[in-house]
Amino acid sequence: MNLRTNWVGFKTIVRKEVIRVVRIWVQTIVPPAITMTLYFIIFGNLIGRRIGLMDGFQYMQYIAPGLIMMSVITNSYGNVVSSFFGAKFGKHVEEMVISPMSNATIIMGHVAGGVIRGLMVGSVVTVIALTFTDLSVHHPLITFSMVVLASMVFALLGFVNAVFAKKFDDISIIPTFILTPLTYLGGVFYSISLLPEFWQKVSLGNPILYMVNAFRYGILGTSDISIGYAYLIVGFFVAGLFTLNLVLLNRGIGIRE
Amino acid sequence: MLPIVTYTIRVEMQALSIKNLTKTYANGVEALKGIDFTVEPGDFYALLGPNGAGKTTAIGIVTSLVSKSGGKVEIFGHDIDTDLEAAKSCIGLVPQELNMNLFDTVLNIVVNQAGYYGIERRVAMQRAKIYLGELRLWDRRNDVARNLSGGMKRRLMIARALIHEPKLLILDEPTAGVDIEIRRSMWNFLKQTNEAGTTIILTTHYLEEAESLCRHVAIIDEGRIIEDASMSAILRKLQREIFVLSLRDPIHAAPDLKGLETTLRDEFELEVAMSAGDDLNSLFDKLSDVGITVLSLRNKTNRLEELFMGLVAGKPAASA
Repeated sequence: MNLRTNWVGFKTIVRKEVIRVVRIWVQTIVPPAITMTLYFIIFGNLIGRRIGLMDGFQYMQYIAPGLIMMSVITNSYGNVVSSFFGAKFGKHVEEMVISPMSNATIIMGHVAGGVIRGLMVGSVVTVIALTFTDLSVHHPLITFSMVVLASMVFALLGFVNAVFAKKFDDISIIPTFILTPLTYLGGVFYSISLLPEFWQKVSLGNPILYMVNAFRYGILGTSDISIGYAYLIVGFFVAGLFTLNLVLLNRGIGIRE
Repeated sequence: MLPIVTYTIRVEMQALSIKNLTKTYANGVEALKGIDFTVEPGDFYALLGPNGAGKTTAIGIVTSLVSKSGGKVEIFGHDIDTDLEAAKSCIGLVPQELNMNLFDTVLNIVVNQAGYYGIERRVAMQRAKIYLGELRLWDRRNDVARNLSGGMKRRLMIARALIHEPKLLILDEPTAGVDIEIRRSMWNFLKQTNEAGTTIILTTHYLEEAESLCRHVAIIDEGRIIEDASMSAILRKLQREIFVLSLRDPIHAAPDLKGLETTLRDEFELEVAMSAGDDLNSLFDKLSDVGITVLSLRNKTNRLEELFMGLVAGKPAASA
């Protein structure tokens, strides 16, 4: 593998992705900002005042890390799935397929693009959150590393979706039927200690729970699960999904006839 | 101790070598049934065939857009099975269908493509100026691609394919749907590119284009190569040619030229059918004998087209 070729190729894909996000900022940055503002107003401010404390924090404070994480993962996913599927649909994925760049570089470039969009939206949502409540980061390294890793997981998942998608409907199936339910059931709005024991155990099978809780631990210093275990699970997903994508591209699935 | 003398023997490798290449699609369609051909460095090579013959599949395999079922492909000595990265570096592709991000700018499309080949942006910008300039697109560099005309989009794909300065340029019907003026300017550009040392493989339905540009022709039909020879050798196979003569003075009946078949198109145009071996000097002598002065002559149909129809459609060559 020619490292220089792949490094320049990687930078090119990332640059292209960032330009795309910025160019269509009304579609990429504004909608999550509006949605999250509504979450903060309705759940945090109006309903949250009646809920009282959650794990010793005001409800607004408690849900803020989860809402930031939710915006990061949905946007990382959405960026990669729409960009790569768009490239397939418009056939300009061929520009990359015929080039000497490795498939690993193609994946990493798109994932980096997804992570950057996730972090951009996450930053906007954090600023919005700070207008509603006070947040002080307890563990900056955990906060940053977990948001990046979670973003990578969902960017990689978006890539898998894009590889298999054959029409535009296919790129909304997973977000609608899997991603959104798992996010809502992943402890964004509640502590799993509120659930009956059976549902607590069921919740432990939801990977988003670990991401949300580890991120919340980074910011608030409280978590329903072990942080070490969260890193293990998220790391496993990053490695597993990257390998899966690599195998798919190496076999030409979705990109070659 | 005697000095050790080493000799290096440089073997000129082929630009493209295809051996027993097969492709069967998942739906069972056998697109390629074991084709073999080679393209020499510096050649301008035409790959012709009717729709569905297997041309685009063969090009797709060479450029990694289609997986092969069997056979061997080498590009400048790099086997696509074992040395794919190096093989890909040698190729520039202008595909049949538009395959660019129509929402991106002309400049970005070309410069990004260079990036995928490991060319730094600074160098890519310099090259973009050269190639977009030569293809008369530099003034439109900041326009999004969808706002370009059809001919401009085709030229953009050529600029994009050349930005990494490939040794082998593959053009799959590059002038389809392009008006004659732009087509001819593209021909000139491709001739210059070839003269500068780039090996070119061209597929086209305009056989005049192939005859005008290419030095070597392979004809593929139903997944098999049915002809593979130099352009001059292949054209010599024509058994019969029909010329249309423009006359200075009107005539009212086709003249009787011994051994030649003549047909009057109108009072100023005469068709003469000639067999292989007949020479034009004797034709002009015979015409002079009957008092006919010829102002100009042309082939009734493109010669390669005659041959192509004979080979592919099973029609006799030059059956007018």
